[in-house]
Amino acid sequence: MRTETDIIMPAPSQPRGNAVVEVRHVSKSFGDREVLVDFNLDLFERENLVILGKSGTGKSVAIKIMVGLLKPDSGTVNVLGYDVPTLSTKELNALRLQVGFSFQGSALYDSMTVRENLEFPLKRNLGIYNRSELDEKVMSALKDVGLESASNLSPAELSGGMKKRIGIARTLILNPKIMLYDEPTAGLDPVTSSEINELILSVRDKYNTSSIIITHDISCARETSDRIVGLFDGRNKVEGTFDELKKQNNEELKPFFNY
Amino acid sequence: MKVKKFLIGLADVFRFIKRFFKEVFYPPFEIKETLRQCFLLGNRSLFLILFTSFLAGIVFTKQSRPSLASFGAESWLPSLVSQAVVRSLGPLITGLICAGKLGSNIGAELASMQVSEQIDAMEVSGTRPYAYLVVSRVLATTLMLPLLVVFADIVALLGSYLMVNGINGTSFTLYFNEVSAVVTYLDIFSSLIKSAFFGFAIGIVGSYAGYHSEKGTTGVGKAANTAVVVSMIFIFVIDLASLQIINLFRVQ
Ligand SMILES: Nc1ncnc2c1ncn2[C@@H]1O[C@H](COP(=O)(O)OP(=O)(O)OP(=O)(O)O)[C@@H](O)[C@H]1O
Ligand SMILES: [Mg+2]
Repeated sequence: MRTETDIIMPAPSQPRGNAVVEVRHVSKSFGDREVLVDFNLDLFERENLVILGKSGTGKSVAIKIMVGLLKPDSGTVNVLGYDVPTLSTKELNALRLQVGFSFQGSALYDSMTVRENLEFPLKRNLGIYNRSELDEKVMSALKDVGLESASNLSPAELSGGMKKRIGIARTLILNPKIMLYDEPTAGLDPVTSSEINELILSVRDKYNTSSIIITHDISCARETSDRIVGLFDGRNKVEGTFDELKKQNNEELKPFFNY
Repeated sequence: MKVKKFLIGLADVFRFIKRFFKEVFYPPFEIKETLRQCFLLGNRSLFLILFTSFLAGIVFTKQSRPSLASFGAESWLPSLVSQAVVRSLGPLITGLICAGKLGSNIGAELASMQVSEQIDAMEVSGTRPYAYLVVSRVLATTLMLPLLVVFADIVALLGSYLMVNGINGTSFTLYFNEVSAVVTYLDIFSSLIKSAFFGFAIGIVGSYAGYHSEKGTTGVGKAANTAVVVSMIFIFVIDLASLQIINLFRVQ
């Protein structure tokens, strides 16, 4: 049904740094359901790349493959020079230290307070148990997301937007080189959404991260993206800056732009 | 197709158990979390176990008396009851209550963490969730079950003593002299080992059900349910198997 000409890959309009993520010909099925089909992606240094697509097209699956939470059926996934599907547990942990993953539902540990949530990776991954060092790192991460006052609250006491921020703080605390945001603005009101968008931009400035931002929220895509990849039926089919894609008037992207 | 699915599931369970034995010896050890879990689960189940065992001791004594009396063997009551309690009743009551209370708890807790991607979040921050969540819980159930059984046995015998004492005024010392005359070290030792296996089964089944739960809120309920049903079946199977093994050691 679909031919190669469907895949529009404009030449890069500006010089790019090195690729920190390289996904090539990745396919993934669950049972008979093909979720990703020959999926390709590059993420360049310090770039904010938005993956745009409707629900159920495999956006979350795509980034879970990048951190080894899911294994691709075929294809190669290279992140920061690691060949992800073949890594040992030890190597995976080394990689995961450098990749922050902000979950669609925040995934805060609900039996712990905010502070304990942030301390958890410090203690268990970095082996930091020194009280003053923990406090300093926790407070600085909370400050970066603008929620210093929340440190003793439990996740149940937080609003959706606060949860997202704490989830982001919990990954920032490990100083990641790459950030993966899974629908950072889903379920938030426009004001809170745009605060999260600003947070994403400020994280890039402060931590020098390269980021993949998954979304179906067009204003999030507009505000945060340097480049957008459209993912439809498990394939990445369109690519370009926000303005380029808007002009292209692509059939499948139309519903997003005419919101 | 169904058979294949079942076999895949079985292989999965074995891998899960294998992983336990690999990670339990892999430092850093989860001592703090294990102790915390020990405390939590003891706290959760102790009262119910004591209460039920006490009642079971009373009821069992009351029901056995007439049949023994019809043989004129009423004086054997303490021996009969104590053997039944130590060998079978104590571990079984404790095991079943823990399967219900702790199995469902572990299953539901881990399942809701799985469903809300908390386990994935631990995984991607390199914090070894299996060791933190599963190893600590399985160790805790395995260590605590024998301890709980000791309490259950004592309380059940106490209940039985009160019953016997109420009927014919047997003194405390006499009663427990008779008990200690029939209960052997083999009885005690084997019942403790058996309970440790009960505990292991409860912990591992609950953890497996939770860790591999389906997505969505129905997954949580299902995991809790599976945890209880499957660990109860395991308890009966282990009970039966241990009976066969122990009989080999008993001087007939
Ligand atoms: N672990 C899994 N097991 C089975 N099927 C899965 C699993 N993870 C995802 N899927 C299936 O893969 C498909 C794509 O899921 P995915 O979560 O990647 O969608 P998405 O693009 O992130 O959508 P959304 O915007 O709703 O989050 C869905 O149909 C889902 O049912
Ligand atoms: Mg998703």
